[in-house]
Amino acid sequence: MGSFIANLAQIIALCRKEIVALLKDPANRVILVGPALIQSMLFGYAATFDLKYVPYAVLDQSHSAASTDFLSHLEGTGIFRREATLANPHQIGQVIEEGRVLMVVSIPTDFADRLAMGRRAPVQIILDGRNSTTAGAAAGYVNAVTTSFNEARGVASPVTVVRRAWFNPNLDSRWQIMPAMIATLSMLQTLLLAALSVAREREQGTFDQLLVTPLTPLQILVGKAVPSVLVGVMQSTIVLLIVRFWFEIPMAGSLWLFYLGLFSFTGASVGIGMSISALSLNMQQAMLYTFLVIMPLTLLSGLITPVRNMPEVLQVLTYVNPLRFGVDLVRRVYLEGAGLLDVAPDFLPLVVVAGVTLPLAAWLFRHRLA
Amino acid sequence: MTETPPSVVIEGLSKRFDGPDGKPFEAIDNMSLTIRPGTLAAFVGPDGSGKTTLMRMMAGLLQPDDGSLHVLGIDLAEDPQAVQNRISYMPQRFGLYEDLSVQENLDLYADLHGVPQDVRSERFSRLLAMTDLAHFTGRPAGKLSGGMKQKLGLACTLVRVPDLLLLDEPSVGVDPLSRRDLWEIIKQLIAEEGLSVIVSTAYMDEAGRCDHVFVLNGGRLLAEGTPADLTARAKGLTYVVTPQDGVPARNLQARLIDAPDLVVDAVPAGGRVHFIRQPDSDEARLHALLPDCDPQPRKEELEDAFMLLLHQQDTPGQDASTPPPLASQEIHGPTNGHGEGPVILVRDLVRRFGDFTAVANTSFDVARGEIFGLLGPNGAGKTTTFRMLCGLLPATSGELQVAGVNLRTARSAARARIGYVAQKFALYSNLTVYENLDFFGGAYGLRGARRRKRVEEIICQFELDPSAQSGNLPLGYKQRLAMAAGLLHEPEILFLDEPTSGIDPLARRAFWRTITALAQAGVTVVVTTHFMEEAEYCDRIAIQDAGRLLAIGTPQQVREESGLEGGHMNEAFIAIVEKARAEEGQAQEAA
Repeated sequence: MGSFIANLAQIIALCRKEIVALLKDPANRVILVGPALIQSMLFGYAATFDLKYVPYAVLDQSHSAASTDFLSHLEGTGIFRREATLANPHQIGQVIEEGRVLMVVSIPTDFADRLAMGRRAPVQIILDGRNSTTAGAAAGYVNAVTTSFNEARGVASPVTVVRRAWFNPNLDSRWQIMPAMIATLSMLQTLLLAALSVAREREQGTFDQLLVTPLTPLQILVGKAVPSVLVGVMQSTIVLLIVRFWFEIPMAGSLWLFYLGLFSFTGASVGIGMSISALSLNMQQAMLYTFLVIMPLTLLSGLITPVRNMPEVLQVLTYVNPLRFGVDLVRRVYLEGAGLLDVAPDFLPLVVVAGVTLPLAAWLFRHRLA
Repeated sequence: MTETPPSVVIEGLSKRFDGPDGKPFEAIDNMSLTIRPGTLAAFVGPDGSGKTTLMRMMAGLLQPDDGSLHVLGIDLAEDPQAVQNRISYMPQRFGLYEDLSVQENLDLYADLHGVPQDVRSERFSRLLAMTDLAHFTGRPAGKLSGGMKQKLGLACTLVRVPDLLLLDEPSVGVDPLSRRDLWEIIKQLIAEEGLSVIVSTAYMDEAGRCDHVFVLNGGRLLAEGTPADLTARAKGLTYVVTPQDGVPARNLQARLIDAPDLVVDAVPAGGRVHFIRQPDSDEARLHALLPDCDPQPRKEELEDAFMLLLHQQDTPGQDASTPPPLASQEIHGPTNGHGEGPVILVRDLVRRFGDFTAVANTSFDVARGEIFGLLGPNGAGKTTTFRMLCGLLPATSGELQVAGVNLRTARSAARARIGYVAQKFALYSNLTVYENLDFFGGAYGLRGARRRKRVEEIICQFELDPSAQSGNLPLGYKQRLAMAAGLLHEPEILFLDEPTSGIDPLARRAFWRTITALAQAGVTVVVTTHFMEEAEYCDRIAIQDAGRLLAIGTPQQVREESGLEGGHMNEAFIAIVEKARAEEGQAQEAA
């Protein structure tokens, strides 16, 4: 018991040193809060797939009451704004290429006649496919408008689809992205912070001074990992507060489970960061390795693109990616209100990653010597 | 012959920099001097005296704040390029491309200086012969030893024949053998090519070889003249004294240096003590200081004159970088472990990196309370040995016991009994003195009230300011803090890695005074150094070369072994290493 307390006191001394050194530097203090704040605002406003404004051009060769009616339905949504009215089909290429419009609606000359005869009356839309996501969304809106146009004319199709999106009723993409940011944004910083922690000491020569103290590698590991985890969770909290109270996305799950998930996830991130740190001989190497790692971690996380859609080899690779399970855990607890049993499978890979990388880092402290 | 203008004319030159604490200081303070052409001139002075700043201004790399600077008769302010076309400058850390071979480095510098192809081959072969690098032209520069790198740097500087050669501390961090070679090359160049050379150095023996010496300190010119002129300033003030039997020379030296009103400087040398008395000191009091000893006059040397000049300028309290030495009674000895037998025991220690043997079959003991010195050229294996002793590097094979604990099995326990002071300042720069000591106290397992008391004690002992930010401390105080951190847990053994590299002679005296006090208090001290004269402070020294232990014993024994009794430690060292290398060569030929 006595030796346990002595052990703990040594670790606490190291933790305190780490935190004091971190907070002493005014630049560090800004970095701890600033990026999380600014990035979550940026992502909240900038990263959205929802189409709120579609510039388009019209080539109306029908010049009829029917075509005007159709177009007014389109404009009535408030999303479509007519940027140009074209006189002939040759102009279509030009307006799309210049990027002035996202879409051209072309109504053929026999549109009104066919409608009057009760025959199918095709309307052509030409989309700028250079951004497939927005083009697809725009086409979807046009479909919806067409359906309502048909209904207004009393021609309803016998089958109708009624849509109910669970957990995100308006299918707002901000709801999809922002909770995931609680994990993602803090990971960028904890990874870097942990990666620099040992590399900085190696570069400045203080690591030798640390290694000649009776501190064991395990104690050094704990003393260095705990402050990093705390910083990571604190940053997650900043993002959480912004998501909940600024963007007002309702939280469905329990807070304790949410934080349990955050701690496991941050632990795994710190483990990766510490391994990078123990492997690097100086800060430059540590930063380089971190940036090399962050890109694939983000891509393979399912943050933007679902893991299900990836080739199988990559899907297997995602099992070592803490961000994948961090994002999943956070999203499900936040949006679905998932319980511990629902998300239990997410914890396993996180614990395994932390359980491998943290001891690896401790081993490397002494065995990675120039 | 037409009148050649002076190599350098400096008038009222000043340069200001911002110090680490944000306050500006005068790196060069209203300096005026003239250097005659065709001479070998030296700037000597402690670190921070302005040598490098002056060199960089002469090379047109720094703009002076005030005053004028003419090099080779050209005003540097008006036409720096014209000057740079005619001079060659070798900075302290020469920019060799470590991944390029020796030949590629030479080619690159020849290209940069626009040396015509037809003269290259002759010039290169001459430089390679002179620097003894002809066998290594294919080797990457990064794989050369420190001395060889420095020689290659010199060769690259000399790819074309300049009118004036500027060398900024060419021998810093170079072992005595390479240092001697480097000066051979410089002498040869002057004799054969009639170069004007300006060199800056911290070594007095190097300054003694020059035609004209300028002594700098704190950005000002203290004195100038031929080495003989300068040496004469110490005439009649220099003495040598032999301690009584059984008293280490360093204890007598400590007593002398503790009386600054009587004695300017004292150093142990060959079991005796060399000292300089204050010019107006009282004869009777001096004798009272040395009871039962008979000081004999001794021939003055340039170093004596240099120390005299430095002391005359430094009024107490003016130079903040050099803390006053600590008195012995203030230092606590180790409280844990007073066992019998050697405190460090090394048997057949081997360390290999791949197929390279850094340390080969080394065995030695260090007795309790001893000051033990590890000496050797760069790459000799002394750092590797040292790191294994501190537990920073695992041994490949062999037995290693420190403070009675086997370092291979109980490293944490062994580490609790040793203190370590790194070569570079290795405490946390952005923490205060108190925070640093508090942390290391905690890391060494001190807790609560005991830690607070111990930290306060050591701050008091080492006369430190607890609230000062560690990174902004002057060099001397930084080292003091590092020692305080190493001694917090009252270790049995203190390890010091090149503690005196890069600090000026005054600070070095103060540092060794502290070490002497520690040894008197019973702490065992293991120290590495490349200043050979510092071996004189040690009870025993070990000399290593190419991973092998060449000599071990008291400085006197080692000197006798070299066959150069009474000579400088430097010469004894060179003789031992050369003898061993020659034997190695013969053995290889025979095989």
